[in-house]
Order: sequence, then C-alpha cells, then structure tokens
Amino acid sequence: MTQGSASEFAGTSAMHNLVAHWSERIRRCAETAQPLRIRGGGSKDFYGALKQGELFATGDYSGILDYEPTELVVTARAGTPLRELEAALAAQGQMLAFEPPHFSEAATLGGAIASGLSGPRRAASGSARDFVLGIRLLDGRGQDLAFGGRVMKNVAGFDVSRLMAGAMGTLGVLLDISLKVLPRPEHELSLCLRLDSSEALRHLNAWAGKPHPISATCHEGHCLTLRLSGSAAGVDAAARQLGGERVTQAAAFWRALREHEASFFADDTPLWRISVRSTAPALPLSGRQLLEWNGALRWAKTDDDPAMVRDVARKAGGHASLFRAPRTIDSPFHPLPGAAMALHRRLKQVFDPAGILNRGRLYPDL
Amino acid sequence: MAGITEHAPQAAAEPPHLAATGLGTRERAALAAELRAILPAESVLVEEEQLRPYECDGLSAYRRLPAAVVLPSTEAEVCRILATCNRLGVPVVARGAGTGLSGGALPHPGGVLLSLARFMRILELDPIARTARVQPGVRNLAVSEAAAPYGLYYAPDPSSQIACTIGGNIAENSGGVHCLKYGLTVHNVLRVRLCTIEGEVLEIGSEALDSPGYDLLALVTGSEGLLGVVTEATLKLLPNPRTARCVLAAFDSVTAAGDAVAAVIGAGIIPAGLEMMDKAATAAVEPFVNAGYPLDAEAILLCEVDGTEAEVGAEIDRVDAIMRGSGSQHIRISRDEAERLRFWSGRKAAFPAVGRISPDYYCMDGTIPRKRLAEVLAGIARLEKKYALRCANVFHAGDGNLHPLILYDANQPGELERCEAFGAEILELCIAAGGTITGEHGVGIEKIDQMCVQFPAEVLAAFHAVKHAFDPAERLNPGKAIPSLHRCAEFGRMHVHRGAERFPELPRF
Ligand SMILES: Cc1cc2nc3c(=O)[nH]c(=O)nc-3n(C[C@H](O)[C@H](O)[C@H](O)COP(=O)(O)OP(=O)(O)OC[C@H]3O[C@@H](n4cnc5c(N)ncnc54)[C@H](O)[C@@H]3O)c2cc1C
Repeated sequence: MTQGSASEFAGTSAMHNLVAHWSERIRRCAETAQPLRIRGGGSKDFYGALKQGELFATGDYSGILDYEPTELVVTARAGTPLRELEAALAAQGQMLAFEPPHFSEAATLGGAIASGLSGPRRAASGSARDFVLGIRLLDGRGQDLAFGGRVMKNVAGFDVSRLMAGAMGTLGVLLDISLKVLPRPEHELSLCLRLDSSEALRHLNAWAGKPHPISATCHEGHCLTLRLSGSAAGVDAAARQLGGERVTQAAAFWRALREHEASFFADDTPLWRISVRSTAPALPLSGRQLLEWNGALRWAKTDDDPAMVRDVARKAGGHASLFRAPRTIDSPFHPLPGAAMALHRRLKQVFDPAGILNRGRLYPDL
Repeated sequence: MAGITEHAPQAAAEPPHLAATGLGTRERAALAAELRAILPAESVLVEEEQLRPYECDGLSAYRRLPAAVVLPSTEAEVCRILATCNRLGVPVVARGAGTGLSGGALPHPGGVLLSLARFMRILELDPIARTARVQPGVRNLAVSEAAAPYGLYYAPDPSSQIACTIGGNIAENSGGVHCLKYGLTVHNVLRVRLCTIEGEVLEIGSEALDSPGYDLLALVTGSEGLLGVVTEATLKLLPNPRTARCVLAAFDSVTAAGDAVAAVIGAGIIPAGLEMMDKAATAAVEPFVNAGYPLDAEAILLCEVDGTEAEVGAEIDRVDAIMRGSGSQHIRISRDEAERLRFWSGRKAAFPAVGRISPDYYCMDGTIPRKRLAEVLAGIARLEKKYALRCANVFHAGDGNLHPLILYDANQPGELERCEAFGAEILELCIAAGGTITGEHGVGIEKIDQMCVQFPAEVLAAFHAVKHAFDPAERLNPGKAIPSLHRCAEFGRMHVHRGAERFPELPRF
C-alpha cells in the first residue's frame, strides 16, 4: 500500500483531528458520567444487553493504514468497512482467517473485533482474538493508548490488545487494529454426508484428530457439510477418502451460515449460541440445533428457560449466550462466578473508571 | 543485607533495582515457621546450600538467593502459601524449570521462591476431544510424548522443550520453530486454573473454544508470573502431519535470503517452519553437528513443508522454484526423515554450538517487521565493531523473531557490561524498526529498561493498573516485566509520546 500522497496526508490530519476531538468528548463525558454507546456500522446492534447513552459513531474513522502482504499483517482504522478490508486482502490473495460474520453491509472492523465473533473457519484457523496483534484505543478517560504492535510475536507488556477482542467496547474505543492475515487457500470444495447428529459428532471428533484439510463443518438435520481447503492435490485426496456428495454453490452455503441467512436461523424463536466441549453429545434442549466447529459450537433455536439452557451448556463444559431474540433479556451473556466478576469490575475500573463506555452491553454492571 | 549473603559471581555490580533489602534473621525464622504450618518441613528450604540451586534462571549473569524456597504439591498448598505471603507482605516468585532467558524466575532477596517442580502429572489426556489437562510443572516435550500414541502432539515447541515446563511456557507465551503455522502458546491453551495472591482459584477459559466475558486467558498468557500462579492447564493437541520435508537453501547475502522469505509468503505458502541462520551461526554449528550447511554462504534458510504426501510434494516444488528465483545457488531438499532431521539438527543446536566456540554468550530476542531484516542486521554488524564483540544471528524468519547471540567472556573485565550494552542497543534497533524488544523470552529483569523506550508512560501506567487488578500490593514477581515510571525516569530514556510529557500528574509507581 503506497502512502504519502497529498490527499492522503489531508486525510491523515483529518483523522488526527477526529481522534483529538473524540478524546476530548470522552474526557468530558467521563467528568459528568455521561454514558456513550459506541457504534461502527450498527450491524451488531442486536447483540448484547441493553444499549444506553449518547451515540458515539466511529464509522468516519476509516481506512487501511498499512498493508504489506508479504508481512502477513494489516493495520486499519476501526471504522473501516469489513467488506472493504476483505476486498483489499482478497486482491492480494489473502483473507481474515477467522471469517468474521458481517450481519450487514455496514459492518466495520472495530465491531468485528469488539464483538470477537468468528465464523466457520474458526476451529481450523483460530478466532478473532487469535489474529489480533495490536490495538490503539481511547480509554474511558480519553487517553490515547497503543498496545501490542505490528509484529507477529510480542510479549512486551500484558496482552491488552487481545483483551479488547470480545470486550464489546466496554474497555475502550478501538482506533487502529493490526491483524495477522493468511493466504487464501489455493483450492476449496465442500461435501455433504448423510449422518445424524450423534454420528456426525463422532466422525467430526475423529477426523479432527487426523491431518485432514477440513476448514469448516456444519451439521443440521441429516446433513453434515464439510469444507476442505488447501492445495488441490491435498483437497482432492481428502475428498476421496471422506466420501459424500459434492456441494454445489458451496461458497454461498458457507456465507449464508456465517451471516445467519440460512433457513435454520429464519424464524423468531430465540437463538442461543452455545459453546461447548466438541465431544458433548447433542444437547438436551427442545427445538432445533445446528452445530459447527467440529461440534464445539451449537446453535439452538429453543423456547427453553434461559436458566435451563445455561445449565445444559455448563454441563457440556461451556457456556450459552442468547444471541438473538424477539425480546432481549438483561444478561444475554453467560453469568460469571463471583470471583471472576469481581476481577472484571476491577479491569473495567482500570480502563473506564467512570463507567461510560458501552455500559451494560456485556454485563449489567460493567 | 542481614542474614543472607548475596552471591553474584559474574554480574559485576548489581543494578540498583536488584539490591533490594532481604529479610533479617528473625523475620526469616518467622516466615519459615508460617510456611512450615502449611507444608511438611522438608518442603520448606531455608539453608543457603539448599537455596543455591534456585539462585538464577537461564539468564545466569543475574543471581541472588531468596529468603526461602517452597515446594508445594497441591493447589490448596499453593493458595495457602500465596495468601500467607500476601498477609505478611512477602514477595513471591514462581518457578518452573528455570530455563527462562530474561530473569523472570530470578528470586527476590526478601521473598519466597515457589517451585512448581512437584506438579508433574498429566492429569488427563482425551484423544477424542484432543486435549491434555496437565499440571504446570509438566515438561513441554512430555505432553507431546504422551500424545504420540494417539497421533497427536502439542504444537508450541521451544528449543528448550525437553526441560521447560508448561507453567513457564504460559508465563512467557513461548513459541518454537513451528509457530508461524501452528501458533504460540496463547493459541494452544484452552483453560488454566490460576491461583491469585489472595489464595483464590480462578478458572479461566474452558473446554470450549471460547468463554464468556473478557479474554482473561490472553491476559494471563505471557504475564510472566505477575498476575497469579498457574496450577493447572488444559492444552489443545493437534494431529501429527503425515509427512514433512525440508528445503535447505544458501544465499550470498542476508538481503537475498530475506527476499526469498518474503517471496515464499507472497506465494501464499505458510511453511511449517522457516528459519534463517547467518554465516557466523552456521560457522559455529557446522563443525559441531555436521548438518551439511554450506560454510561460504552469507545466510541459509531452512523451509519446512508438512501435510499429506501429495500436498508436500507439490509445495516443495514451489518452494524450490522460489528459492532458485530468489538467487539461491545451493539448494537441497531432504530425501528422507533422517536427512530432514539432519538439516534441523544445526538450527536446534545453535545455542549450545555457540556456547562451544565462546566462553559465554548472550541470547537476545527481538521481533521486527521482516522487511527490515537486512537493515537491522547491518546495524548489528556496526555494533559488533563498536563493542568489539562478535554476534551470530539465528532468526525465526517466518515471523520476524530475531535471536542475536552475542559472544563474550565473563572472565574478561568489562566484557559482560559491554555485552549488555550491545544487547540493549540491539533491542532499541528493533524498536526503531517498528518491532518489539521481546518476541518470546519475556521482559523479566533483563529488558526492563527497554520497556521505558518502547512504551510511553500512559501505557506503562495502564500495565501497572492491570497488575493491580490482580495483585494490588504487588507481591507477585515484583520489579519484573513492567518498569516503574520512577525507574524509567532514572534510566533517563522515557519514551516521550507525541512530543510532550502529557501526564506529569501520573502517580509514580
Ligand atoms: C537453550 C534454550 C533454548 C530456548 N529456546 C526457546 C524457544 O525456542 N522459544 C521460547 O519461547 N523460549 C525459549 N527458551 C526460553 C525458556 O525455555 C522459555 O521461556 C520457557 O517457557 C521457560 O519455562 P520454565 O519452566 O523454565 O520457566 P521458568 O524459567 O522457571 O520461569 C519463567 C517465568 O515463568 C514464571 N512461571 C513459571 N511457572 C509458573 C506458573 N506455574 N505460574 C505462573 N508463573 C510461572 C516465572 O515466575 C518466570 O517469570 C529457551 C531457553 C533456553 C535455555
């Protein structure tokens, strides 16, 4: 990415002023304990608990700052549209390997990292936080702080940048984000195998223990869909070994899954995201289930009582959050034990002592 | 310093921050009595000859004795020790195998050294879920050995893996030659149990792939024993690749070798390992291991590809073509497993080999954007002249992590000091190149001053505040990893952020 043209310089100085203005605004709001509701493209407005406070729109703080494909690192401003960033990477044959869900055309990089959500490739390649290398942010006092860096290995200081992934904007307004990127696979194909959920789970866990190039998995009803990624030779050999039928329009299938546009997600029944041990059997819940990530992620469409869903998740070694529902509840995310919650409060105190940033979005008192 | 004699055979004068006061005889006896109320008498060491083995870690230029060493064997004991030290105001330093290279496990003179040597059990290995639940004192390699019968292994493979422990790996976020493709420790740990200084146990992470709330697992990984003591960990196991082959390519300049690395990555290949050694490094190792490295080359690259036979065959051909295209005059491709291991043997033996050609060596650890490699190596060559010391460079080229090995002789007056000044300048070169002062060995006590150069005061203050959220009274490994602002002011190299000292009112920790 070439830099330094006159117009870009003007852009840079505008961005500089924007940050200075934001910093001042946060500082003032902290003084009066005025809550701020941080919003990139609004694609994840549905996600998390109550949203309160003055709108703090970050979409204007946009643009790729540095991208050197051979370094496998990209740095972009938080308001950069995800599709713009992904298009720039694709033009160089690279990608965000955690396959973040967009949930709307307007999705921004900042929102993707703050929500910490990862898509179908997660079990094979890693999660949003796994790819975070550095973050510059404004904390709840308006301080401009940069953590981590633009290099792949870095243990200088605590890993505060990864802490921001999934913190739902409660610890800072994200400004510049550096991520590790990966080459797009040379070749992909998808297969559908007719299996019920318990057979699917058994196979998925067995295959994950073998060096198969499986990059995404999805089971719903009686179909287990696998995506294979890698060199043409490796993928074709694995496809012969694993059997099943070729899926046509596979890219659309995985996209619909990632974006929750597949029919499974269509109706109004509450949607639970349940993260569990991959070997946990099908969860004893009413309604329908779809599984991803070799069994480690279960989506459930159920009217069951939240307390019961959480109990089932806990027994399966994980946690449950109410992802989308016609009516929101106070605490969509899985409640934390007392000692962990106390530590969360202390960390919130570190970065946002006035408690103004996205207050209540993650947990009622954060 | 009453009661305990400090011992510093190599370090000339201890830097002022190390000369903290120890405990008096009476205080030590009282501390020992408290500790013996928790542990059997033989698990509390206080005699000088018993303490001696714990006086340093892998950074042996710094040595000092703790007031006591404790060897607990249960989590409940660890919790009680921590709570007791917290109440008494006694510092605690956790220790795994003591292979750390930044002084992270260096004892505190008035403190307790908490050894996890008795936490050696692999508690559970689930080949179906592909996880291992282990105690923190388990050696890194022992995990892969236990997983091998199931065709699985634990990916992070530091060169010290026969000795170093999982607890130490988590504390340093250790990496290995395979981490470009398979990740660092932070990418391969699912869950830990962390005993806090208050003696409470926190479960962080889970058997699932994510957890509710803040990502405390990321915060704890690489925290150098400052936030809590890890008493158990659940690790991710990966399937062994079916096969692997290695390309050995020689270049007549480090720039050409660096360009070849960029070309491999640019072609969309993520090798399982991608390492560089300069001429000084190959010259040191070749007579030692006979790996077959060409000695006239300015730099060699080792590029390993793994996967199925079909994948590896195809990818090796591409790597071969790229190396040729990048000007390598000498390329060899491993024909069998024995040859592949022989190619690696030199890289793996680099540290001990350098240890053979020089009385002492000092291993540095910085990360830089790869494209700045030639410039940083040129800078190091200038520093060799300035300090009249030689330096051999090994480089985790795929991820930009540089390990310059400075050769010196501690018995020559002044050489250690010269060597340390040389090392400090290398770290500052890394910062100037847009990199960092430590890729995988940690800050510990060694790089504490360079933290002042890399980070502005506000960021250091945030690190301290995070520390205080876990350990308000700073009992856990105090004085390591994060310098006090006061210390940075004394060092006189405070990073000045955007031209102004903006936070004169900040508390001086
Ligand atoms: C020859 C050699 C080669 C090396 N190669 C590599 C390499 O390739 N990659 C790499 O990353 N490192 C390497 N190292 C460095 C070192 O081996 C690693 O940092 C290792 O992880 C340290 O583990 P340890 O058990 O020896 O920890 P120690 O040295 O005992 O301790 C290291 C730090 O961890 C803390 N700690 C230990 N256990 C716990 C616990 N249970 N809870 C909380 N904190 C704890 C200590 O307080 C200390 O701060 C090498 C070292 C040597 C000597």
